[in-house]
Amino acid sequence: MFYREAGQFKTSYKADQALFPILQDRVGLAVILITAFAVIPALANDFFLTSIMIPFLVFSLAAIGLNILTGFCGQLSLGTGAFMGVGAYAAYKLTSIFPDANVIVMVLLSGVFSAAIGAVFGLPSLRIKGLYLAVTTLAAQFFLEWCFIRIPWLYNYNASGAIEVPRREVFGIIATGAEATPLARYFIVLGITVLIAFLMANVLRGRIGRSWMMIRDMDIAAELMGIRPLQTKLMAFAVSSYICGVAGAMMVFFWLNAAEPSSYSIRLSFQVLFMVILGGLGSLGGAFMGAAFIWILPVILKFVPGLLGFDLAAETVEHATFMIVGALIIFFLIVEPHGFARLWQIAKQKLRVWPFPY
Amino acid sequence: MNAFVTEKTLPPADAKEAAEREVLLRVDNVSLTFGGVKAITDISFDIQKGEIRAIIGPNGAGKTSMLNVINGFYHPQEGTITWQGQVRRKMKPYEAASQGIARTFQNVALFKGMTTLDNIMSGRSLRMHKNFFWQLLWRGPAEREEIEHRRKVEDIIDFLEIQAIRKTPVGRLPYGLQKRVELGRALAMEPDLLLLDEPMAGMNLEEKEDMSRFIIDVNQEFGTTIALIEHDMGVVMDLSDRVVVLDYGKKIADGPPEEVQASQAVIDAYLGVSH
Amino acid sequence: MLYDIFIDPFVQMYQMPDFFLQVLWEGFVAGILYALIALGFVLIFKASGVFNFAQGIMVVFAGLTLVGLNENGVPAYLALILTIGVMGVLAYGVERVVMRPLVNQPEIILLMATIGLTYFLVGFGEFVFGGEPKQMITEQLGLPTGSTAFEFGDRGLVILQHIDIAAAVIAVVMVTALGVFFNKTRIGRALRAVADDHQAALSVGISLNQIWAIVWFAAGLVALATGIMWGARSDVSFALEIVAFKALPVLILGGFTSIPGAIVGGLIIGFGEKIGELYWGGLVGGGIESWLAYIIALIFLLFRPQGLFGERIIERI
Repeated sequence: MFYREAGQFKTSYKADQALFPILQDRVGLAVILITAFAVIPALANDFFLTSIMIPFLVFSLAAIGLNILTGFCGQLSLGTGAFMGVGAYAAYKLTSIFPDANVIVMVLLSGVFSAAIGAVFGLPSLRIKGLYLAVTTLAAQFFLEWCFIRIPWLYNYNASGAIEVPRREVFGIIATGAEATPLARYFIVLGITVLIAFLMANVLRGRIGRSWMMIRDMDIAAELMGIRPLQTKLMAFAVSSYICGVAGAMMVFFWLNAAEPSSYSIRLSFQVLFMVILGGLGSLGGAFMGAAFIWILPVILKFVPGLLGFDLAAETVEHATFMIVGALIIFFLIVEPHGFARLWQIAKQKLRVWPFPY
Repeated sequence: MNAFVTEKTLPPADAKEAAEREVLLRVDNVSLTFGGVKAITDISFDIQKGEIRAIIGPNGAGKTSMLNVINGFYHPQEGTITWQGQVRRKMKPYEAASQGIARTFQNVALFKGMTTLDNIMSGRSLRMHKNFFWQLLWRGPAEREEIEHRRKVEDIIDFLEIQAIRKTPVGRLPYGLQKRVELGRALAMEPDLLLLDEPMAGMNLEEKEDMSRFIIDVNQEFGTTIALIEHDMGVVMDLSDRVVVLDYGKKIADGPPEEVQASQAVIDAYLGVSH
Repeated sequence: MLYDIFIDPFVQMYQMPDFFLQVLWEGFVAGILYALIALGFVLIFKASGVFNFAQGIMVVFAGLTLVGLNENGVPAYLALILTIGVMGVLAYGVERVVMRPLVNQPEIILLMATIGLTYFLVGFGEFVFGGEPKQMITEQLGLPTGSTAFEFGDRGLVILQHIDIAAAVIAVVMVTALGVFFNKTRIGRALRAVADDHQAALSVGISLNQIWAIVWFAAGLVALATGIMWGARSDVSFALEIVAFKALPVLILGGFTSIPGAIVGGLIIGFGEKIGELYWGGLVGGGIESWLAYIIALIFLLFRPQGLFGERIIERI
């Protein structure tokens, strides 16, 4: 009823290839952006910002990063956590070496380091495919984790072995460190995430995005059509790792304040992978939906027993959460293997023809 | 099926002219083995500019392997390939593509997750050059380039009469249409040589007629040289200017359709004689 | 520096052969355990093309169930039988709830589903039996616990734990039994048919559901044996999850479908890892055991993408 494209004619190819060719979608996006930039900051309390919104955005960005590689270019990666860690440690070193530089610039720069390392670990992808490639990224995961522990230079020879984010100001506002307000952090994280998501949407609809999808769908045919497989895959690795690196740096700078090597363990890799799969491989919007589901569900589950009047030990709740998340993952894979993004499309299709079934 | 074929049959003057056309690609003494298995043995033939060249033979005769050698997917152990006057032995598939060789596949090899439009756009990849940073921005050069190529792609979509399925993911299309989209994707590359691997396999009569018309139109309107593998002898004999026949990896006949049809070796290969 | 890398370790091996032999033995035992985990993967992969990520957790889960039952007063052998029953129920449940609805999905979706299963089993295991590490009931099960020291000339001692020897023997028995089962029985042939092509197997009247339940049960039994052996060496805890990842490089070396490959791959990784750690690890600060296996597999893959026993892949189009 409300979602109809009838009567909206495109008179140029330009209008036809816009990101959101349908008016209702554009309105929907505007509403979401206004909510994110104005409504949430005005209404939300600190808990909501720090425990839900900031991690959600950080994970969304990481999921976008992994989605570029796995969802769009078809290269399975289990090393996301480590690539995020590279970003975090690089940002930490950069802010230690250049204490006066703008910390946001440093965070964005840190991704360059993870991009380089990601590309190095992407090199074997020329010869190795599918599950075999998972070994390469597992090697990256465990090797880099080991580096975070064994190379004291990376954490400035702290006794604790952890990195702690120093206080930094951006334009007179405290952006990082314990005194930074959740609101300031939220705006920085939101800004970076939205910006990168928008830029990626551009890349994905053009030549480069198409070449990634060609490799994903049928690498041999892509090569016979003039795509250089190594270049294309390495680019996907680099871009993906850049985004993951920035997400990892944001994770410690604007959310956790401190991180140790175990923060970037294989568990994190899997968490992000779940977000991508459940959200929908090959969908940017799906990355947000997957992140929301995987991050917010456990937070809600934590409060359910209390609301229902049960008094359960925190441990028991955590175990139950594991069980429920695992079961839901299987459930959603069975219901819709292509993730929330596909469910969303089906819903839109139904709306389009409503009130008729077809 | 015969209605349009009569239009196509060239007058004798054209046939003579064809014999004098320049050679676009020449295969000399090519042999290809996998482990101990000989797929192709010592084959030589040429493809002239502007002709439709058919490669036929029973199953397992090495036809597809021959195409794979031509566009660099397999590397022959012996022999050379001369492409537009340049002799080569080894070439990467993407190099072949960038030098103007396009192809379609026996088992449709479309990009299943993409729409018809994107699949055909993918054929333009080699001709699009705006780098990553322009792509990030989109507004400006990258968008202009995209629209410019979109125009060309829309021409191909019109030519193949597939406007209605422009935005449909190709995985959902019926087989005949998939084959047509694949042809469109190869055409988008604006190739000098178009290799078609069984373009009509598994099609019904009407679809075959449509496809035949497209092949003839491509050849005559765009002047594209075509090499095709096909099992439907009626189609092959009507469409092609010259035919090369392979059997067990060896060449057993080469020449105009009538000549090949009359050849005893070809009749033996198809009907079978005791070896 | 070069001396430390290329010469010194070998000098040490020569000068202290008892230590070297001990390292080899450690590598052998670790290798057997990797091989056992990999074996579970191979079983399921062979029969369904599913890369079962949950195999590592099934090992822990089986061990936990056994110990947990015993703690609650069930006699050891009865607990063992009950645990076998639990693994059977698990196999049936997985087939019914996970595999059957996901027939014909791409392999990455199936892989994801088994990761989901991993999460579920971790949560379930901890929920029922608690999260803290447990002691394996080695003695109650009648497994040997002592150790024997072999004099090695006048140079020193090599100590062999009896439980390790038992592990090796059980591994050999299991591999032989599985080999016979796969190659000589009707179900074994059906298994191989299913592995090749689900639809073709269905069309000749093989029940996919039955086959899958059987392989998951077999993998569950392998997991139980692995759990007992592993538990006897350290303890039963979810730390094993990380170790289970090492099955992946083992499988890369041995090939995803080869049972002997799993054993050989396991041993290569086991030996390589222990020798690397003890002779070269010190140069970079130790702890390289955590990633060495993957690097070995990676280097190997670059030269032989099809694995040790795989055939050369000819790409067709």
